[in-house]
Amino acid sequence: MITKWTAASIVTTALALWAVNADAREPGQYPPLSDYFSAATAAPTTPDADGFITRWLLLEPISKPNPTNTVFTRSYVREELTPATYPGDFTAVPRDGQRVNGLRWHALDSRLWDVKLFNFAQALDKPKYGVLFWAVTVIDVPEEMDGVRLAVGSNSASRWWFNGEEVAGLYDDRRMVMDDVLSDRLTLKAGRNVIRGAIINGPGLSDFCLRFLDADGQPIRNLAIDIK
Amino acid sequence: MLKHTLLARLPLAPVAASLLAFAAPASAQLAGDVFIHDPSTLTYSDGRWYTFGTRGGGLSSEDGWTWEDGAVRPGGGVAPDTIKIGDRYYVSWAVGGGGMSGGHASDVKMMWTKSLDPNSPDFAFHEIGTVASSDGYENHDAIDPAFLYQDGRLWLSYGTYFGSIRIIELDPATGLRVAGNEPVEIAIDMEATALMYRDGWYYLLGTHGTCCDGPNSTYNIRVGRSRSPTGPYLDNMGQPLLRGGGKLVAASHDRMIGAGHFGLIDLGDDIQKFSLHYEADMERSGRSVLAIEPLLWRDGWPVAGENVRPGTYQIQSQRSGNTLQLQTDFVRIPFDARRSFMAGPDDPIVTVPAQTLPDVEAGWPDGPVRVDLSAYMVRPNQHWTITPAPEAGGWFGAPFYRITVEGTGRALAATDDREIAAVPADASDDSQLWRIDQLIDGTYRITPKRYADEGLAMVAIGTSTPSLVPFDAGSDAGRWQFKLP
Repeated sequence: MITKWTAASIVTTALALWAVNADAREPGQYPPLSDYFSAATAAPTTPDADGFITRWLLLEPISKPNPTNTVFTRSYVREELTPATYPGDFTAVPRDGQRVNGLRWHALDSRLWDVKLFNFAQALDKPKYGVLFWAVTVIDVPEEMDGVRLAVGSNSASRWWFNGEEVAGLYDDRRMVMDDVLSDRLTLKAGRNVIRGAIINGPGLSDFCLRFLDADGQPIRNLAIDIK
Repeated sequence: MLKHTLLARLPLAPVAASLLAFAAPASAQLAGDVFIHDPSTLTYSDGRWYTFGTRGGGLSSEDGWTWEDGAVRPGGGVAPDTIKIGDRYYVSWAVGGGGMSGGHASDVKMMWTKSLDPNSPDFAFHEIGTVASSDGYENHDAIDPAFLYQDGRLWLSYGTYFGSIRIIELDPATGLRVAGNEPVEIAIDMEATALMYRDGWYYLLGTHGTCCDGPNSTYNIRVGRSRSPTGPYLDNMGQPLLRGGGKLVAASHDRMIGAGHFGLIDLGDDIQKFSLHYEADMERSGRSVLAIEPLLWRDGWPVAGENVRPGTYQIQSQRSGNTLQLQTDFVRIPFDARRSFMAGPDDPIVTVPAQTLPDVEAGWPDGPVRVDLSAYMVRPNQHWTITPAPEAGGWFGAPFYRITVEGTGRALAATDDREIAAVPADASDDSQLWRIDQLIDGTYRITPKRYADEGLAMVAIGTSTPSLVPFDAGSDAGRWQFKLP
């Protein structure tokens, strides 16, 4: 049972949402950031054993109150999560510690296969419900690879761009499932390739997972991930 | 209004249609008071079946069809589960948690009673204590407990969308945690879990999606399996449930939206059903209701079946493939076979009309006519109209049905000498009512209401002969398929 309150009205839900955010008034009792992330090291890293990309630049959450995830229609998500709403230069890779609109970019390695955005926000004493996250990473590909698909799962909706081109969208009330949505076939060019994503959530436990699958559906691991 | 809803959908003959005068909507599966959220596994006690829901209270029923309020569960809280071990009924439930304004600090508690019947002298709950908790800060929410008692060991899964699903082991003698037992995480992104065991596999079922938003609730029930109760649980594609995997078991259908909170009902004789709640019954104000549906097994995976839908079918025996038919003279379709064989390639092509009821009915005997089985020939005496009769009651999620020769007032009946005949339709005659229960392989058992207590069912006792004899789950003889003409 996701919520034990009985009324599903917008008003009730909005009040509940406020109440949960009020819970964050006691930071330190929640799991620290180090439970889920470590600072990205200077040296490039590689995908994990299953090919999941675990090094990301994460922007602190943007408050975007939504009382229910059923509002995340394709139209809504495509309007709210766009290069035009990206905080900063959509064509540039942000730096660790860079601030934009009062929010800071964090270069982090997830300790898990997925990226726990909820815990990222919670540990920083930021809003964790009704939020919008941006994530950026850079992969270095040893040689060009054709027929590759970007495979992503997210809680809740999200959009993903590969080298500036939109390649995947996850819409509606959605929980994270590995390999939930796959892109059309892509070409990973030799050298740097930039991945950008935006994830939006209302009352959910925000996270995402992303990896590349080769033409045979097998995870690609021979990548260097370096967000500099 | 209800009558019109069904009549608008069904191409029924006048006689059959008149029997629907008091029919409930097709999707309103159960009768009586069925309003509940998070129903516990149906449990039999003192001649009745019980299920408990969130915030105390619950429902009970004698037949699994007509339910009434009045079950009593102390402790308040949310989403209980029940299991009988020895002479004790254990009840586990959660207090606190659930997210949003309730936060995520919660305790899973245990209590027991020797009867679930509030009128029994053995009805007395004894609280045992807390067996699992979440502290409100971790990525976990200790609610929605679910039991599995297998090979003498008692397991309890619990948790919600908020983080992980966990499993612990309890002492079946006391209901307390086994000393030294630590929770094991077995899934994410689900809630309202349930556990089953079958053929060496442990099955973890859980509900994906979001509840509590009426017809916009996205609840759906999914499953993974493992050789060990503590996992790893994988779905049919090998996706770990710890990574969001899960094969669909049940989702919204017809006028029922948001399937959640699975509970196994094993009725024996290869009939398994499951209880669940739909977040919204669109025929009942969009409120959350109890439902009971058939459970099928396909290649080692559970999947929701469905009650036979109103309509006209051939009723095919799984024993021989022959179809049920009124014993009447075979009537030839006018056709010049010699001319057909001699036709040249340029001769015109014409449509041969199907044989219809008026073509043959005048030659059928009046009064009761016995039935037999024969190869399907697309003939009027082989087409049967299935009409739900919920006003007459039902059994575990399925109403009683009337079975009539299409377009006629000839109803299939269980005779005094325990045989089968088509007789003049009579809405007041219980011998014309049938239970049709889907078996775990997807075929159906057809049971006369009149002799249900004797365990009799329609069985092909010969290639061409049906009768009412005890159902044998080990044989195809009592299994039937409803196939569209």
